[in-house]
This record gives sequence, structure tokens and C-alpha cells, in this order.
Amino acid sequence: MSQAHALKKAIAGLVLVAGSTVAVSVQAANEINIYSDRQAFLMQPILDAFTKETGIKVNVVFAKKGIIERLKNEGANSPADLLLTSNVSNLSRAVDAGVTQSVNDKTINSNVPAQYRDPNGQWFGLTTRARVIYASKTRVKEGEFQRYEDLADPKFKGRICTRKGGDTYNIALIASMIAAHGEAGAKSWLEGVKANLAQKPQGNDRAQVKAVKEGVCDIAIGNTYYYGHMLANEEQRAWAESVNIVYPNQADRGAHVNISGMALTKAAPHRAEALQLMRFLTENKAQKIYAEENYEFPIKAGVSASKLVAHWGDFKADKVSLAEVDKYRKQAAKLVNEVGFDN
Amino acid sequence: MTVNSLQKSKAPRWFERVFTPSHNIQTVPAQWQWSVWLIAAIVLLPIIAVLWLTFFPEENIWPHLLDTVLPNYLSSTLLLMLGVGLLSSWIGISTAWVSTMYDFPGRRIFEWALLLPFAVPAYVIAYVYTDMLEYSGWVQTGLRGLFGWESARDYWFPHIRSLGGAILMLSLVLYPYIFMMVRATFIEQSASLRDAARTLGCNRREVFWRVSLPTARPALAVGLALVLMETLNDFGTVDYFAVRTLTAGIYDVWMNMGNIGGAAQIASVMMIFILVLIGFERYSRRRQKQFSRGDSFKTFQRVRLKGRKALACWLICALPLLLGFIVPVAALFRHAVVYFEDSWTTDFFHMSWNSFMLSSIAAICTIILGLILAYGNRLVKRGSVQKAVRLAGLGYAMPGAVLAVGVIMPLAAFDNAVDHLAREWLGVSTGLLLSGTLFAIIFAYIVRFLAVASGSIESSLEKVTPSMDMAARSLGYSTAEILRKVHLPMIKPGVLTAALVVFVDCMKELPATLVLRPFNFDTLATHVYQYASDEMLEASALAALVIVLVGIVPVILLSRSIIASRNEMVSVKPDSD
Repeated sequence: MSQAHALKKAIAGLVLVAGSTVAVSVQAANEINIYSDRQAFLMQPILDAFTKETGIKVNVVFAKKGIIERLKNEGANSPADLLLTSNVSNLSRAVDAGVTQSVNDKTINSNVPAQYRDPNGQWFGLTTRARVIYASKTRVKEGEFQRYEDLADPKFKGRICTRKGGDTYNIALIASMIAAHGEAGAKSWLEGVKANLAQKPQGNDRAQVKAVKEGVCDIAIGNTYYYGHMLANEEQRAWAESVNIVYPNQADRGAHVNISGMALTKAAPHRAEALQLMRFLTENKAQKIYAEENYEFPIKAGVSASKLVAHWGDFKADKVSLAEVDKYRKQAAKLVNEVGFDN
Repeated sequence: MTVNSLQKSKAPRWFERVFTPSHNIQTVPAQWQWSVWLIAAIVLLPIIAVLWLTFFPEENIWPHLLDTVLPNYLSSTLLLMLGVGLLSSWIGISTAWVSTMYDFPGRRIFEWALLLPFAVPAYVIAYVYTDMLEYSGWVQTGLRGLFGWESARDYWFPHIRSLGGAILMLSLVLYPYIFMMVRATFIEQSASLRDAARTLGCNRREVFWRVSLPTARPALAVGLALVLMETLNDFGTVDYFAVRTLTAGIYDVWMNMGNIGGAAQIASVMMIFILVLIGFERYSRRRQKQFSRGDSFKTFQRVRLKGRKALACWLICALPLLLGFIVPVAALFRHAVVYFEDSWTTDFFHMSWNSFMLSSIAAICTIILGLILAYGNRLVKRGSVQKAVRLAGLGYAMPGAVLAVGVIMPLAAFDNAVDHLAREWLGVSTGLLLSGTLFAIIFAYIVRFLAVASGSIESSLEKVTPSMDMAARSLGYSTAEILRKVHLPMIKPGVLTAALVVFVDCMKELPATLVLRPFNFDTLATHVYQYASDEMLEASALAALVIVLVGIVPVILLSRSIIASRNEMVSVKPDSD
């Protein structure tokens, strides 16, 4: 029958197209597959250095959302060996989803301080950055701002800018406040910060510094590496030059620090090569490239930060372990909604 | 069919030929029904996966959401939809009307150029205008220089990063949906209708309100439904402008609360919105059957305007084109020139090819499936088939990233099941066959955009009078032959339009592509996103520009061919009003 024939032709065509797009995955021995939520252009120089040194090819998929779900559903057959993330919460989400495996490696353990890795070896930090205060050079007096707690002080009413409270970096900061003051204390603090905001939370950390430059607010919350990025950008240098970096809580617990990090996947078809890369990433050479590329602090003690970053001065970091802070992540996210921080 | 075969066995062949029709012209072969159901079942898999997450979340966050943020998400979503609906309808209808009915300088260009903003991704236009209109942009800097203001506290200027800003941005790139659909109807509307209204004493304005617009209602409903679905689904713009819609909420819950179940729950609320929209589209098309005879594209006369009236029409058309296309493209072009050396690499050609190839394959597949759905629905007048067609369109309601998770789940389950069987029986591992391949992406595109294809093909098919089918059947054509030899030639413009829309949509699609792609695979959109997500769109302006330019090639080609086939029917007469 001709209608059946036409249908069959159409379906055959579709199947053909489908077939031609399915690449039969051949597992070459000498390669590593990475799922990353960090932009590939940040990672490429280090991965290139690794390939040059070892001859092992590195393949990357970058996506900000959904990689953990992809890993989980691919299960034991997943081609991915390594997960790279831009913050601690994605690492612990991966652990929660059961897609990582523990690593107990002497080199890695000695390179990454215990505070910045999972006690069970499920994830490891690679670089650190502090969540600091950018204070207007002209409108904030020296010493006027000293602690995260000051953000809720009514004297800063209408003077504070921040990205969304629901953003990963702010969630981690709020979680660290819960760790320090308990949930009730953190909630009233968050309400105080909300009351002091100059505008509805929006944009990324860079946009907040820009708002200070423009006079919208006097104080911005942001990660340290944005300062370096702004100085390196002709258009944005003026924004960075309008503010001072203030490391909060230097007289007590220290500034809140977050990490970029890595985890070995549970499936890891190229486990040995992946471990080799993990070690490489914590060693001097990669640490130096990675930290310089994104203006972060190397996680390995003794590796010096880039000249520019070193120039911002030493600071005291909060000693609480990130694994501990991360336990409060979900509570922190709920607080943001309860306070209506982003509304 | 059984009757036919019975007769076959009894009667001699010549007898059968002469005295029995080869098939009853009312009988519809069962294949059509099966095909519709099969297609619907397959494209529904990802949606079922998301519903699964909705009803069986690992940690139920729904009560918390309901207490805290959900009312806010809902109200901003409704306001955004209302605003975009009104503004884009206004732009779409006014431009369609004046470019169809009147002749004025530039009309021939506007006819196709008004479609161009369609090729500009919403996040790009949002970025460009923010750059221009925010405090440090040249507009405000200029004003400060002019009036001697010193800081943001000295004067008031509308915030581009706001609900109003988002409405404007989305309307500027979405109105072409309405323009395209409504204009086609204005041209196809038989001129005799309008002539009759004129002879009955209506002036041109009354003809518009009482005849042309009401008869264009089905097309308007299709266009508007598409606009509103795109609005619901937009993430880039609302995220950038800090407008808290349901889509923005999905990502908050997912990424920051780490709760995919909660995200799926909000996505399901969005699906209800879409179902209402689809219902609205159906309702407004109910019992509306206008058929045009093959010859009713009778020459109608376009009124030539001069002076102030011509200028007014020119402005009505020029403004959306300027704001929705020329300004953003000029800005991209400027950045692309600055960053040209960094961008013009071999990688860049790979990415362009990837985008083009993926979008073409997806567009062709989607159109074929859409044709089967739309035509099957026309043939089999049965509730269950109609419902299957409606359900198959649900993917359009899913935010891309959530849909991607919905695609991963069944594909990975299939791969792992095959792998398991192969291990058990053959002792070899097949690994992942479909997950992480281009198939996954194309499948996601089809699920996402099938509604676009089947919707516009259906509305084209509706205009073909059923007597055509009957005549063709009685002359011995099979149902498939009718589709190929009778319907396709008649609805070719509609099918081409649908193909174009799907192609451009695929070029721009981002979140699903990001999540589903194979290793080391970039499209132009994913490349742009890497930088745009860090508010550094300038660095990838060349790729963004190419998305726009590649998008407009089919826009121009197809819209010109549509116009060419239609303009033969229109002549021009001087203004007599």
C-alpha cells in the first residue's frame, strides 16, 4: 500500500539520520574524559600542559547545569572520569547523588590541606578564593567596615550591592554564617542585609563593583578573583580602581573561603590516567597556571600566587572546614527564600 | 480493508477494478493512527521522566516553595506574559497590516526584513541594550555630560534591568511569530470578503476591526501561543534582568538548593500554563473553518500612500526593525571587529558547521514528524488521536535544561538496558549507545520544537478544503499520495515557514545542547554562552553575530519565496480614501 510505503520511507529516513549521528564510542586507552562546570577556556592551558607532559588526551564537556544528572543516569557506563567544578556545593551535590568515588592518594592529600577536601576523599579543592568586601575608596572610611556581621548594621542602609542571595557563592557565605551563629542568628543577619540593599540583587560579582563605581552603592560583596579580571580588562579597570578590598573578620574567625575543585567519578573508565591528572592538578606547575589564569590562590602551600594577587596582601581565612560549612547549604538556600532576599 | 480483501478473493480482477473503488474514500488506513500514537509516545518519554521527578522527588521541597517564593514566581511570570503578549501582538499586527494593505516607500524591503529580529537570540539583545542603557552606557553618560549630573543619585532613568525591560526585549525578538502568521492570513484572506465589507459601507478601519482581524484570529492565536511559550521558556533575559519568573525559579531550586525534584515540580506548574495556552489556541480556532478555493487568491489591490500617511506606515515598520535588529547587530558587529583576531580560528568553523548541521537535521526530522502528526490528525477524526497530537507538543513547555534531564533519563535507561542484555547474552559491553551522542541533542530538539512544526502545518492544512481530499480520493489517490501530490504543493509556504522557524530555534537553543553534547563538541550558541555567562559577550561577539547571520539566510530566502508567490496576486492602486 502506497501510504504505508511512504510512511516507511519517512521512518527509514529518520532511522538513517539517527544511526549516522550515533558515534560508536570507542574507548581509547590513552585519554581522560572530564565533565566540567567551569568554562573550558579557563581549564584549557593546564589540560594542554598535562597532555604535553604525558601524551594523554583530555576530552571535556562543559555545562553549568545538568552534568550531575547526566552522570547519575549514565551510571556505571558513564564515559566520564573526572568532575571539575567552580565551587564546593556542586562537589558535594555530586557526592549526594552517589556519582563519585573516594581517593586516598598520598601526593594529593599532602598537597591539599584537610580543610579544603572531603574527609572521605570524595572531593578535593584545587584553588581558593575569599568572599570579600569591595568598599568605595571615597565613600567608605578606613575601618568603617570590618566584619560580615557589619553588613546588617543599619548604618549601611541603602549602601550595599550583591548578586542574588540564591547564588552558589552567597549560599556558601550564608552557610558559613549559620556555622558561626546558628540558623536563627544567620536569619536575622540576612534580614538585616536585605534591609540595607541599595537595589534588587542582580548581575554577577563584577556588576556589583561597577555599581559602586557608579554611585549606586558603597559596598559590594564579591569573590577575590573578579578584582584581577577587572584590572586586566581595559574597560573595567576603572571599576576596580574605585574600590578597596576589605578582608572581613580578620580579628576573629577569618574571611570565608570557597574552592574550585575535582572529584573522581564512580564509573571512571580511565581511573589510572584520571588519578595521574588529579595529582598533576595539585602539583606546583598546574597550581601556578590555574591560579594565575583565574587570579585565584593556589591551594598547595608554598606555591606563590601571581604577583597581582600577592599584591592584595595576606589575609586570615576561616579555619572551619568546607565540608562542615557545606552541611548548612540547604538550610542557607531555604533562608534566602524565607527572607525573600531576591524578591 | 477486510471488506476489500474479501471481495478480492471472490471477484475476478477486472470486475474488482471496474466496480469496487480501490478503497472507500472515507476509510483511513490504520497506519496513520499508529504513527501518530507512536510519535507521541516517543516524544512524551522525556516529559514522563520529568513528571516522575515531580511526583517522586528525593526530598519534597514543595511546601517550602509554596510558602515562600512560588507566589512571587507566578505573579512575575503572569505579568511578563501579559506584557509581552500585548506588545508583540501590537507590533506584529500593525506591521503585518500596513505592509499588506498599503504601498509605501520601503514596503518591499519591510515585507521580509520585519522577520529579521527573529534571528536575534533574546539574551543577546538583552545584553546589548543593557550595555547601552545602563548607567555606564553611552546614553546615560551622554545625558550626564549634557546636564552636569554626577552620580546615579542625581537623576532618574528607567532601569533596563527590570520587568519592563524584559517585556520590551522579548517583544522585540518575538513579534515576528505574530507578523509572519497574521500577514500570511491577511494575504490569503479572500479579497472579496473585504470588498463586500466595503460595499456594505465599512471604511478601511472598520474592515480591519470587523472583517480582517476576526478572520485572522486563528493565525493570531497560533502566533501568540508561540510567543507566550517562548516567553515562559526564556531564561537568559529574565536571569540577566533579575526578573523572578518560574523558569528563573527552576534554576534557583535546582542549582542552589540542589533539588532537581523541586525544579521538576515548578516545571510541571509551567506545563499547566502551556496546556492552558494550547487550550486557548484551540478554543479560538474552534469551529472556525474558512476554506479558500484554489482560485480565491484573486488579485487584490494595495493602496498606494504618499506624504504623511506613507511616513506613518514607514515608521510603524521601521521602528521594530531598527530596535529589534539593526541596533543589536551593529553593536555585535562593533565588538566582533575589536575581538576579530581572537575569534577567527579553525575552531570557529567547526562550531559553525556543528550548529548548521545539527539544526538542519533537526529541522528536517521535526518537519517530517510534524507532517505525519498534522495530517494524521486531519484524517483520523478521533479524540484519542487529537489528544496524542496535543500531548506530543508538550515538550515546547519544558525549559531546555529540564527537558535535557528528561531526555537523559530514558536514553540512559535504554543504553544501560541494552548494555546489560549484551553482557548477559553475548558477554560484551555495548556501553552508552545514544547518551552523549548527537542523537540525544537532535532528539531533544525534536521534542522541544515539534509543537512549532505540527502547529503551523496544521493551520496550513486547515485552509485546504476537505472537498479536495474527497475529490482526490474518489479519483483513486491514496491518503499518502494526497499528502504528497495535493496537500504538500498547496501548503508548501506553511511547511517552509515551519522548517525555518524550527531551524532558527535550534540554532539558538542553548541549555539542552550544553547538557547533552558529546565531548569536545561546541556549537556557536554554547560558545557564546561560555563568555556571556561571565558577562563577557564581547569576546564571543563574532559567534553571536554568526548565529544571527546564519539565522537570517533562511529567513530571507524563504520569506522572499513566500512573498514572490503571493505578490503576483496583488496589484497597486492609488489612495482614494
